[in-house]
Amino acid sequence: MTAPTGRPPMTGADPAEPGTGADPSVTVARSGSSEAAPETAATDPAAATGTTDTAAAPTATAAARPGRKAGLTAVIGHRLFWPGVVLALLLLANVLFTPGFLSIQMKDGHLYGSLVDIARFGAPLILVAVGMTLVIATGGIDLSVGSVVAISGALSCLWISGLGDQQDVGGVLVAVGLALGLSLVLGLWNGFLVAGFGIQPIIATLILMVAGRGLAQLITDGQIITINSSPYKLIGGGYWLTLPFGIIVVAAVLAITAFLTRRLALGLLIESVGGNATASRLAGIRSRGLIITVYAFCALCAGIAGLMISSNVSSADGNNAGLWIELDAILAVVIGGTSLVGGRFSLGGTVLGALVIQTLTTTIYSVGIPPETTLLFKALVVTVVCLLQSPAFREKVFHRRGRRPGASPTSADPKVKVPA
Amino acid sequence: MAPPVPILRMSGICKEFPGVRALSDVDFRLMPGEVHALMGENGAGKSTLIKVLTGVYDIDAGEITLDGAKVAFANPLQAQQAGISTVYQEVNLCANLSVAENIFIGREPRRLGRIRWREMRRRASQLLGRLDLDIDVTAPLSAYSLAVQQMVAIARAVDISARVLVLDEPTSSLDAGEVEQLFRVMRRLKDEGIAILFVSHFLDQIYEIADRMTILRNGRLVGEYLTSELGQVELVGKMIGKELEDLTELDEKPKELEAVERSQPFVEARSLGRSGSVEPFTLTIHEGEVVGLAGLLGSGRTEVARLLFGADHATTGEVSVGGTPVALRTPRAATARGIAFCSENRRAEGLIPDLTVRENIVLALQAARGWSRPIPRRRQDELVDKYIQALRISPANPDQLVKNLSGGNQQKVLLARWLIVEPRLLILDEPTRGIDVGAKAEIQRLVASLADGGMAVLFISAELEEVLRLSHKVGVLRDRRLVAELPNDDDLTTGVLMETIASGGRT
Repeated sequence: MTAPTGRPPMTGADPAEPGTGADPSVTVARSGSSEAAPETAATDPAAATGTTDTAAAPTATAAARPGRKAGLTAVIGHRLFWPGVVLALLLLANVLFTPGFLSIQMKDGHLYGSLVDIARFGAPLILVAVGMTLVIATGGIDLSVGSVVAISGALSCLWISGLGDQQDVGGVLVAVGLALGLSLVLGLWNGFLVAGFGIQPIIATLILMVAGRGLAQLITDGQIITINSSPYKLIGGGYWLTLPFGIIVVAAVLAITAFLTRRLALGLLIESVGGNATASRLAGIRSRGLIITVYAFCALCAGIAGLMISSNVSSADGNNAGLWIELDAILAVVIGGTSLVGGRFSLGGTVLGALVIQTLTTTIYSVGIPPETTLLFKALVVTVVCLLQSPAFREKVFHRRGRRPGASPTSADPKVKVPA
Repeated sequence: MAPPVPILRMSGICKEFPGVRALSDVDFRLMPGEVHALMGENGAGKSTLIKVLTGVYDIDAGEITLDGAKVAFANPLQAQQAGISTVYQEVNLCANLSVAENIFIGREPRRLGRIRWREMRRRASQLLGRLDLDIDVTAPLSAYSLAVQQMVAIARAVDISARVLVLDEPTSSLDAGEVEQLFRVMRRLKDEGIAILFVSHFLDQIYEIADRMTILRNGRLVGEYLTSELGQVELVGKMIGKELEDLTELDEKPKELEAVERSQPFVEARSLGRSGSVEPFTLTIHEGEVVGLAGLLGSGRTEVARLLFGADHATTGEVSVGGTPVALRTPRAATARGIAFCSENRRAEGLIPDLTVRENIVLALQAARGWSRPIPRRRQDELVDKYIQALRISPANPDQLVKNLSGGNQQKVLLARWLIVEPRLLILDEPTRGIDVGAKAEIQRLVASLADGGMAVLFISAELEEVLRLSHKVGVLRDRRLVAELPNDDDLTTGVLMETIASGGRT
């Protein structure tokens, strides 16, 4: 299902995609010289939000006009600003500890470098988080993605280990198809529990979160299945067109998702259902089908992530594959500015959030933080991001002195906007 | 002027929001022991003024003095502690808690940290008794009507040492008897020296209860008047800022019923009913016909509408649309057959607050087209701009979030949503509730012209005059039963309607 629809939008997706793909890099580039160029910075959020976020765009564009101060306020007020700053700081820390961190080299026709690695290792998380974004936008949550990751990897590895010739591309494709098919079924199960029977999402998916681990272990028979299949290895560890294959898959999934939600009307309907389910029903939206679709999509994303993870290590571990990835994914979504209550969502924000988390993981290793403190360190950084994103916190810390003067320029510029 | 000293004085109040200047240099004063009406169209700044007063918003300029002392409330709690209590249009109490708990939540009578339940119940019934309300205070709040809930909210507000009581459109969901009950309570509180700030869109109510009024227009003060010295026509003129030739009654009665009944029946409901909700009824709505539904609150008006829209499942009877029997199992099925429904509860059942005006307007059309066929952006702009202008939605910014609009403008957005799908039957449940006279007249005119264009309209309203003005025939509901169907001829008056409601159609 992914492959045939995947190609055409991918090539045509460049204009549609700056909101998702280009977003994080834009933010990174900005904060390196944050004092120097407020004007250029001011235009960034407008460009970055272009397709993913229609609500924030007018404020940003309007604010860009009246001048530096208002423009700067708009940038700082943008919900992706602080995650962007944190990502930049993390990258900066890496540069200090690891000279040549930013360099990207071409070896044997493949791109290498720490940045490429972050994107590559972050690929499964981005995938899961993108699926999670849509689920959260409907006001739900999916705790079962980690289990689906494990099940998908386990099933495909089991199938491949049973092949006479593990290098057989056809056999690997069947394995991939089976794994994704099962993921889809599991997602439909979640969706039916939530939309068909009205079970609270957190409970409905908790069932599969627990049971799914068992299912994965059942598939692997409690063992770690190891395989040796180079076609399968391509998915998580291989290269295609000089890029890691995983990055290409993520780009394709993102492009398709952005196309479906922002070019087509799926995004509006999802945001509507998440924003007010009763009103959406009365507006004639078939929310049940929509919710089931979203859970199925989320599980499919998790399934692909499961393929990547198991492919990367050429083995399936029913116990540990994708462990806690649901929490990282939820975190990525929240850092990306999508509210857990549902409604508005931002794919670009989610990608940024996932990159923050992945960069953090990389940083922990490269900076040499002792393993026993890594979790604490991670929690610390995440806390900082969340605090920076909270308007109440920023108000308290940054605007304590100049609240009144600060208020007048912001309220002055909309007056220009309204009659226009 | 008069000896009494204002208990509350607001002067030079300014408040701006991104995109809107909500209040500019507004003065307001409130005497103890008076009912003071705050008047103005939708978006005139009434709600903002109240929210500024009660600490929901902080002010950009100006000052508030309470009892001669300058005050600045950072939040509603502080305002409450200072003696300013507010009861909003939507009761914001906890429906799942008992009446007594609701009254004392956050300040329960305690002994050694333990809540003294019996004392709490006793004081609750005593308090409600003061308002002439004799109900079981241990029952959950949700067991009572909206009117009673409102009284409970008032009781709570008064008990928290209110010297100033703000009532923001308390009557918009009440029927006549309940309004009377509320007014009795208000008069009693007034006699106790409490200053009451009252907001309502019903002019008759204002003239019945208010001593004085302050009029706002576009965020500016128009003036303060004694109710006895300002006529209704002048009042309306001051509110909308022009003489009201366009407010003069709609060109009297709509087309003759006979002419309309000759056209095709569009929806025919036969013995349609839902047990526990509304008794089986039979109703035919023709193309180009406006059918009014009259009845008290809770008489089953909304339930009839919901059955016809498929929002609830019918348990008996059948419906045919355009001559073909259909099963209206979901709103989706109804919209597919050209039926549209504007819910009376626009915030909970109508709008998506976090989406923009544009998105809210195109939502129903988009839902009908399905997710795979997006409405091209240019077409969206055309439609949205057209209806923003036609319905005079303000601010006229399609990218404004709908939650930032005033109530009347939200109602217009909801209307626009359904108008762009070009329905063949438009069900309007209280479309003019809680909105100002100007917008009301606009909506009434719109309904008339839509019907002229061949659209069938089911018009539900608590205001009998309005129903009479627009409808070709009027269905009367009582106790969840359609008791009469009256042609709107010269003999039909509000008096006749009221008698029918009272007698249940037995003449």
